[in-house]
Amino acid sequence: MKDFQKGKMVPVPSNSIIPERDIEERPVLECLHLGVDFGGLKAVDDFNLTVGKTEIAGLIGPNGAGKTTIFNLLTKVYTPTRGTIILDGMDTSGKNTVQINKMGIARTFQNIRLFSNLTVEENIKVGLHNQVKYLTPTGIFRLPSYWKKEKEFHERAMELLSIFDMENMSDWQAGSLPYGAQRRLEIVRALATNPKLLLLDEPAAGMNPNETAELMENIVKIRDTFKVAVLLIEHDMNLVMGICEGICVLNFGQIIAKGTAQEIQSNPAVIEAYLGHKKED
Amino acid sequence: MKNLNKKLSGAAKKDLLTYVFVIAAFIIVNILSSAGVLGRSKQGLLVPICCYIVMALSLNLTVGVMGELSLGHAGFMSIGAFTGVVVSMSLVESIPSAPVRLLIAMVCGAVFAGLAGLLIGIPVLRLRGDYLAIVTLAFGEIIKELINCLIVGYDTNGLHIIFNFRGDKSIADLNLVEGGTAIIKGAQGATGTKTIATFTAGFILILVSLFIILNFVRSRTGRAVLAIRDNRIAAESVGINIMKYKMIAFVISTAIAGAAGALYGLNYSNLSATKFDFNTSILVLVFVVLGGLGNMLGSIIAATVLYILPEALREFADYRMLLYAIVLILVMLATNSPKLRNLFQKIIPFKKKEGGKVE
Repeated sequence: MKDFQKGKMVPVPSNSIIPERDIEERPVLECLHLGVDFGGLKAVDDFNLTVGKTEIAGLIGPNGAGKTTIFNLLTKVYTPTRGTIILDGMDTSGKNTVQINKMGIARTFQNIRLFSNLTVEENIKVGLHNQVKYLTPTGIFRLPSYWKKEKEFHERAMELLSIFDMENMSDWQAGSLPYGAQRRLEIVRALATNPKLLLLDEPAAGMNPNETAELMENIVKIRDTFKVAVLLIEHDMNLVMGICEGICVLNFGQIIAKGTAQEIQSNPAVIEAYLGHKKED
Repeated sequence: MKNLNKKLSGAAKKDLLTYVFVIAAFIIVNILSSAGVLGRSKQGLLVPICCYIVMALSLNLTVGVMGELSLGHAGFMSIGAFTGVVVSMSLVESIPSAPVRLLIAMVCGAVFAGLAGLLIGIPVLRLRGDYLAIVTLAFGEIIKELINCLIVGYDTNGLHIIFNFRGDKSIADLNLVEGGTAIIKGAQGATGTKTIATFTAGFILILVSLFIILNFVRSRTGRAVLAIRDNRIAAESVGINIMKYKMIAFVISTAIAGAAGALYGLNYSNLSATKFDFNTSILVLVFVVLGGLGNMLGSIIAATVLYILPEALREFADYRMLLYAIVLILVMLATNSPKLRNLFQKIIPFKKKEGGKVE
């Protein structure tokens, strides 16, 4: 493995499945030989992935394959044991979760993690925390810039909520929202941090087919409007095959296949991972 | 009026209600005392009540808003109290005006308690839950013991401070020149303090604390603190520095406790560090929990009622604390009953939105 200097551009690994429109651009995310051990268990090993600047990529695999672990590695909830993560040309080693978010990765969680006692609008405002700034004394003494910035907070929050037509829910308590709305709110909150890469952990879990179809449209819309890359974990194959331009299949912490939807569907290793192999007579 | 009703959000309305309640209570008490309805002993309770209200508000910021249980809050009150006494007694000659001296004493008390909060916060705020509670308890006791061995005197040469760690030093070791005064005398505490605390000062302190805390909670920083309380992992994932925002909230909380302590210290001519022990911390915590976590108006009401209650029960003599305990349990049961809560919601003028509004 080559040594990558911090903040230096790195060459694109050969195994990329970047869509054609992004080929000229520097990829937003590169994982090189990424791995993590828990005790003696190699939870993830030799994980290589490249995500293009405006790509929608999917990460699939059976339960326990290590998909969420990869999200936790990317956001530095876990520190990788091996390998490098390069975000938009910058090495992320030594950074913590907060710094990673500031560098441009935002995520949602498999088990929804909203600020459930705050209102919908306040949840988004917390997401905007590093986008709109004023000092603590300004807030306590309500100086003129407090009112100006709070107005900006409100306007930007409403604008973000309009992606999912949730403006009328702005003063609801986040914890009391219906399940689907909570998932959507989590996506909006992640978007509020102005990311380059959006990680969605099972965004369609618990949604009915209509809601899922709407979500698919919205993910594409988000990608087009905000020019972000999306990496998503999902078990709903309609969603994955429908919108993901590149798909990576994981089993027992290792990549077993990579490619477009058609390539994945016909890959024998993938079929075996999901259905088990045929008994030879 | 309707227009105003529409303009203000639920939170702003509740804040306004809290201010109105405090101001109205101040006016009523003033009328009562000038009409001579309040006896001397009851008037003597007014300043301590104000101090405990401010303590409850301050602890509510740590426990209710930040969501961490602190069991050593009396320690910060103590730092404020003794700082306030020393500052006030040293300035007796240079600043004859009592209100100005009181103000300076409270500001100094707040600054010193805030600094102590900063120092203690560095190790303590890295912990969570039960561990944090235990360590704050320990720091509360450490502060008490440290102040117990403090001997401070003031003369024309300035302040003389010695720590009586081995128990072999006395006021004579201060080497005060003639005309100097010993302010804090070790385990005996501060004696001969000129009491300059007034009810009006207490009222102003309550208003200022309310202003700071309520505005803090509704600001960008306050939202970050609330977010950390609700979901630490999610807060980190949207780029909020947990340690920084907890520290800001904790320092504000301890500084307010210090100001309350300064007012308290200047209300008694004799004050010993043992007054600010674990029991005092728990007493304030009871006010906060019964008043409702994060509910500032609740803290004010709970602190007032529960501070007066033991005094009002004085005629039951030996059974006083027994009755106090029973009343506490009854209040707890009552505030937790959903039926009574619904009743309160009907009485209180702001309606809850679908699914309930924050605070």
